[in-house]
Amino acid sequence: MTVSRTERRAAAGFLLPFVVLFGAFFVLPIGYAIYRSLLTTKRSGPLGLGGSRTVFAGAANYVAALTDEAFVDSVVRVLGFALIQVPLMIGLATTMALLLDAASARGVRFFRSSYFLPYGVPGVIASVLWGFLYAPGVSPIIDLLDAVGIHANFLGSSTVLFSIANIVTWEFAGYNMLVVVAQLKAIDQDLYEAAEIDGANAYQVIRSVKLPLIRPALVLTTVFTIIGTLQLFAEPLVLRPISTAINTSYTPNLAAYTQAFVNNNYSLAAAQSVILAAAACVLSFGFLHLVGRKETDR
Amino acid sequence: MNTAVQPRTEEPVAAAPSVVPPKPADGRRRGSARRPPLRWRIVVVGLLTTLALYFLLPVYWLAVAATKSTGDLFGTFGLRLVRPHLFENLRLVLTHDHGIYLRWALNSVLYAGVGAAVATFLAAMAGYALAKYEFRYRESIFNVILAGVLIPGTALALPLFLLFSRLGLANTYLAVLLPSIVSPFGVYLCRIYAATAVPDDLIEAGRIDGAGELKIFVTLVLRIMAPALVTIFLFQFVGIWNNYFLPLVMLNDPKLYPITLGLTSWQSFADRQPELYQLTVGGAFLSVLPLMVAILVLQRFWRSGLTQGSVKG
Repeated sequence: MTVSRTERRAAAGFLLPFVVLFGAFFVLPIGYAIYRSLLTTKRSGPLGLGGSRTVFAGAANYVAALTDEAFVDSVVRVLGFALIQVPLMIGLATTMALLLDAASARGVRFFRSSYFLPYGVPGVIASVLWGFLYAPGVSPIIDLLDAVGIHANFLGSSTVLFSIANIVTWEFAGYNMLVVVAQLKAIDQDLYEAAEIDGANAYQVIRSVKLPLIRPALVLTTVFTIIGTLQLFAEPLVLRPISTAINTSYTPNLAAYTQAFVNNNYSLAAAQSVILAAAACVLSFGFLHLVGRKETDR
Repeated sequence: MNTAVQPRTEEPVAAAPSVVPPKPADGRRRGSARRPPLRWRIVVVGLLTTLALYFLLPVYWLAVAATKSTGDLFGTFGLRLVRPHLFENLRLVLTHDHGIYLRWALNSVLYAGVGAAVATFLAAMAGYALAKYEFRYRESIFNVILAGVLIPGTALALPLFLLFSRLGLANTYLAVLLPSIVSPFGVYLCRIYAATAVPDDLIEAGRIDGAGELKIFVTLVLRIMAPALVTIFLFQFVGIWNNYFLPLVMLNDPKLYPITLGLTSWQSFADRQPELYQLTVGGAFLSVLPLMVAILVLQRFWRSGLTQGSVKG
């Protein structure tokens, strides 16, 4: 196909609006965050009231962020959280999709809808909602457990992270399930017939036909879940007033938010944002690289 | 990266470009054609029911709690309906603070509706250009956009706020709208969709008929891409509607709040004004109703677009 001048101009016209906005609202903020993270505000005069000026600080903000025990704790916390949350989420979503695939037609629509329903509840609203279900005095769950002699505390220091994991799972498992369901539906029916002729049982069909073929969907949902869990913010923020176990730097995002809007230390907050973005990119690229290499090995 | 996200590009035509070929309604010819034993079916239905309870119970609690007075909210068992007065509660939600709740709701509709519509259109143009035109740096541009999918939105919000503050855009409608109209994932889906669903012959035929490139796009291509565009619109709509961090960082005038921010602001005052607990619950109930209905009604569109994204992707 020869590319004419008009075509080239048309391509540019179609692409440019998005590219310009992408540059303005994706590339530029990252650049600005990096720039900002290399500066620091120096105050002069008694009590720092004599005015302030911005000076180049090199890696000082990164050193400050990475030597701040609370921030490092928050990073370790979300990494540990992701380690549990990601397999749990993908495992549950896949199980749900396979169960729906195995169930008879009548109930499937209802079940699928009910699993997907929480996706329509914003994360903060879901957190407010579960907050009530965790709070002693309001929670019917605690009332029920009390009745059988179990005294549950969903908001203690050893349990609250699991309570947050539950909120996240409740919200997104149905969505991830739907991605897997979509891919399951696209599997060629002939493959099932072939497997049946080969005498494969239901378990073997799952293992040798379904799971390998839904791999792209699993990769997609895993990457999105990794990025999502590292950004953990609304859930701990909403639960904070009712749980003493959550501090102002419980997650990296919460720490950056606190630095920026409570302590007005935008440079440190920028450094923390950059660290978070870098971690998300390293992990998701790392994961994609891992599965990509496996793919070519086969 | 490209090859990792598109692990099966060597067989891209395996699933036909027609989005989710509407399967016969019986939907049951998958898995094993033989009917599985009764014992197994009972286990499956039992598990499905347990999961449904898990996902629906909080929603049921919310519906019940929305009918209660503040006293009953704390004083009665959460899953039992006592002295319901839903409409009185909803009236309080809608009239509190001169009807600010309605304003928040309209703001949310504006942010999500306008943001998603513009984002979808931009993504359609960009995706189409990347799929159907050849130009230099095409793959590099696409890869940079794909990398944008992996950037956490919350990491962008803070520097965006600092930039917008300088431009005097912080605490305005645009502060939330502008970042919301960029959807790298939408471009990704559009490119994949356009590449397989829009025939080259059709574009050529349009050119031979003397139609301009823009006219071909608007009259022919957009119609073919419609299923993918609906999906992208829905994705983006829910994404913006559910977004909390961006408006939280950008806005401090309650009149500009979307509903998520408004409700949490009520909740944060509730320990001083206990009636706000009830308003938060009632307002939350009211706000999730339309979106839940929309999600159920439009479910097939989610699936269709997702098939494209992940199968071809």
